[in-house]
Amino acid sequence: MNRSYKLSDLEEEIARCMRCGFCQATCPYYLETGAESAVARGRIALAKFVLQGRIGYTPALAERFECLTCYACNVTCPCGVPIDRIFLAARAAMIRDGGVPAFKRLMATALKNQGLLDLGFKTAARARGLFFKPHSSGGLTPRFPLGLDLRRVIPPLSPRTFRDGMKEAATVPGAKGKVAFFTGCLINYVYPATGRAVVEILNKNGVSVLIPGEQHCCGAPLAINGVMDTAEQMARSHVDLFSGLNVDALVVACGTCGESFKKKYVDLLNGTPGYAKKARELAAKTYDIADFIWNVAPLDQRLLKEVALKATYHEPCHLGRGLGVTREPLEIIGAIPGLDFVPLQEPDRCCGNAGTFNLTHYDVSYNILKHKLADIAGTGAEVVVTGCSACRMQLEDGIAREGLGKKVLHTAELLALALK
Amino acid sequence: MSIKEAIRTLQGVLGRENVVTTPEDLLCYSFDATAGLPEYLPDLLVTPATTEQVGEIVKIAGQYKLPVYPRGAGTNLSGGTVPVQGGIVLSLLKMNKILDIDLDNLTATVQPGVVIQTLNSAVAPHGLIYPPDPGSLATATMGGSVAECAGGLRGLKYGVTRDYVMGLQVVLAGGEIVRFGGKTVKNVTAYDMVRLFTGSEGTLGIITEIILRLIPAPEVRETMLAAFGDLASAGRSITGIIRSKVIPATMEIMDRVTIETVEAHARIGLPTEAEAVLLVEVDGIPEVVRREAAAVREVITQNGGTVRSAAGVRERDQLWEARRAALPALARRRPTTILEDATVPRSKITEMLLAIQDIGRRYNLTIGTFGHAGDGNLHPTILTDSRDEEEMERVHRAVDEIFKAALAMGGTLTGEHGIGLAKARYLPWELGGQGVQVLQKIKKALDPEGLLNPGKMFPCGEGRQ
Repeated sequence: MNRSYKLSDLEEEIARCMRCGFCQATCPYYLETGAESAVARGRIALAKFVLQGRIGYTPALAERFECLTCYACNVTCPCGVPIDRIFLAARAAMIRDGGVPAFKRLMATALKNQGLLDLGFKTAARARGLFFKPHSSGGLTPRFPLGLDLRRVIPPLSPRTFRDGMKEAATVPGAKGKVAFFTGCLINYVYPATGRAVVEILNKNGVSVLIPGEQHCCGAPLAINGVMDTAEQMARSHVDLFSGLNVDALVVACGTCGESFKKKYVDLLNGTPGYAKKARELAAKTYDIADFIWNVAPLDQRLLKEVALKATYHEPCHLGRGLGVTREPLEIIGAIPGLDFVPLQEPDRCCGNAGTFNLTHYDVSYNILKHKLADIAGTGAEVVVTGCSACRMQLEDGIAREGLGKKVLHTAELLALALK
Repeated sequence: MSIKEAIRTLQGVLGRENVVTTPEDLLCYSFDATAGLPEYLPDLLVTPATTEQVGEIVKIAGQYKLPVYPRGAGTNLSGGTVPVQGGIVLSLLKMNKILDIDLDNLTATVQPGVVIQTLNSAVAPHGLIYPPDPGSLATATMGGSVAECAGGLRGLKYGVTRDYVMGLQVVLAGGEIVRFGGKTVKNVTAYDMVRLFTGSEGTLGIITEIILRLIPAPEVRETMLAAFGDLASAGRSITGIIRSKVIPATMEIMDRVTIETVEAHARIGLPTEAEAVLLVEVDGIPEVVRREAAAVREVITQNGGTVRSAAGVRERDQLWEARRAALPALARRRPTTILEDATVPRSKITEMLLAIQDIGRRYNLTIGTFGHAGDGNLHPTILTDSRDEEEMERVHRAVDEIFKAALAMGGTLTGEHGIGLAKARYLPWELGGQGVQVLQKIKKALDPEGLLNPGKMFPCGEGRQ
């Protein structure tokens, strides 16, 4: 497999696109816009034209390469073209050679600098009255355009981050194993209850949990946007941090973070002396919480108590197509007594959040979300279970704006409820 | 009369957002799904939402003498949507409504941007189907499939697109909006203009509304896989099955190169030692399906083949998956995949298969052949690399020979992909000079300025690459 993120190294992969256009069938962005430049076939052609020197790097070109990174095209492509890798390489080339929107540079600086990110989130949490006003749903809407769309309803930021509120070790006596927990930004700053649920279900199943305080953003928002050098620095620091721990596994509760450890770090550090092997070893013991609690440290199902809820499940792109964790969340939900599960028609269709895409393309992101909301409404479920906090933010925004009155829970939180 | 003026006028009619001039966007309309063609850049892209807007666009194009290239999903395999002379690409994707499903007349009325699969999903709850099923049905539009007269796997029993088009609304080269045909089963009012526009490849008018015939979905189906030690036995079985008065819904063939490639890719237990496999499906009411399946099995066994029926839905799906994987699996072997669709009378299938094998050997090319054996429509697929000039030269000569062989057997240049740009130069081989002249007179009568999809069907000058 070609592990490079250099466009010029991917010429063979680009040539493999036979231009059949089958990617149109599943690309959520194309299905909204109908534009050939919004679908993999068109963009791969643009990448080819760049390599041929027929076009240069322009802001318009950079925009054409922005997408949800949902991997729907990767799965649909009959020729197995590594489309996501070509896009990332194109974005990386444009970061190096100019034409990158200022927003992305600012974001790169903030995410790289944990202190700045921490300060930003905490200031926003404390000063939220200044910047946000309450929405009837219990969420907040921005008072000023802070890089957020004014129509958006976001959850109240936690005044105390998850990691601030936890000790670095949550050990259980006679533990059958010990894991490190990589929390990711959204659990740390926005959904600390998810973090607490992860620790709780692991502890209740006899697994001790370490939560190293020096962890920071996994770097996915940078790698996805092509800021490869910074992403690589962040990969190194996490490989250093987690490889040094004496743990059986590294557990994540976010498909995107999971992919960083399981795939991106391996690619980014491939060939970096002293790091390549460590990155591969760390990848081999990285698990999403649903995978870990179902397959590795199997949940004691006798502990499960009744949860009388009607629920459905939204499969996050990076958890399902990215990490291949598709079966486990459904089996966990199915194991909970008293729970009435109604599947979505298209559980694996992207919700439109796509991390930073949602900030830069709020309208199209929201239109993509509308398909998901209609699907959810059709099930009659009162709770939407999902395994990704970014999807959750998106779903909660739509549910609040449309007044659907549904609750969204992380799979770990649902499981923690059943273990109460 | 500059292009800038034309753009300003079009913006006035359509709004700025529906007139695209950004080079990064236009480049994505410089090609379609056809392999081995150069790219041609259009001057602009327009995205109308109504028939009236299409009429206005065509009128403005006429004023400024700009070619108009209608386009749906751009999944055709003939270069049919490539803007060879620059000008305007007219995307019909915004006209994507199913206007009416008429359960009394068994018709659907659709706009051209409706995707084939979307139509089938909409009529399925009523127990109905729209049978034409080209490989691209998940993305291809109704407008494009009518303009190209698309075929598909079920052609043998159910026919092709033209057998389901009952009425059309068309925008003519002067911007006039006309209707032909309708919802009646019988209609002999004057010339059969519906059939003329179906398969006209965008060269005579722009289709803006389509009335389609729907049929009841078959109750049951039975799928069989037969393996043969030589091509001739497979060929004899194909004609034998038809002679026994059974018309299967589909009768697909895969040759050894294809079987090996698909099996290596999908690993579903295809018989890799076989020279050819046939995939046969009969459908209808249960009694008939049982009787027809028995007849099919008998013919295959008599011809020395081995046959088994798919045990359940899962196995049936697996077999069809294998067939659908044929092209993509072949395409993974080399960067460029030249897919042809020369078609012969079904009695000549064996002869044609052997001729293709021989051509592949003589030009030292890897050719995998699969296709709709029951209707004589084969897909010889040449695996190559368009960056290798020497090999491409051999590919072009091999393609010439494949067409010559098909025509010598009383066949045709194209069974379902259309002439377009890719086969325009072969047209006189099949129709002769006078035949081509008849076509040119029709073209001249309906599009005197030659602005509708120029450069297609008839060989003529090309513009910028």
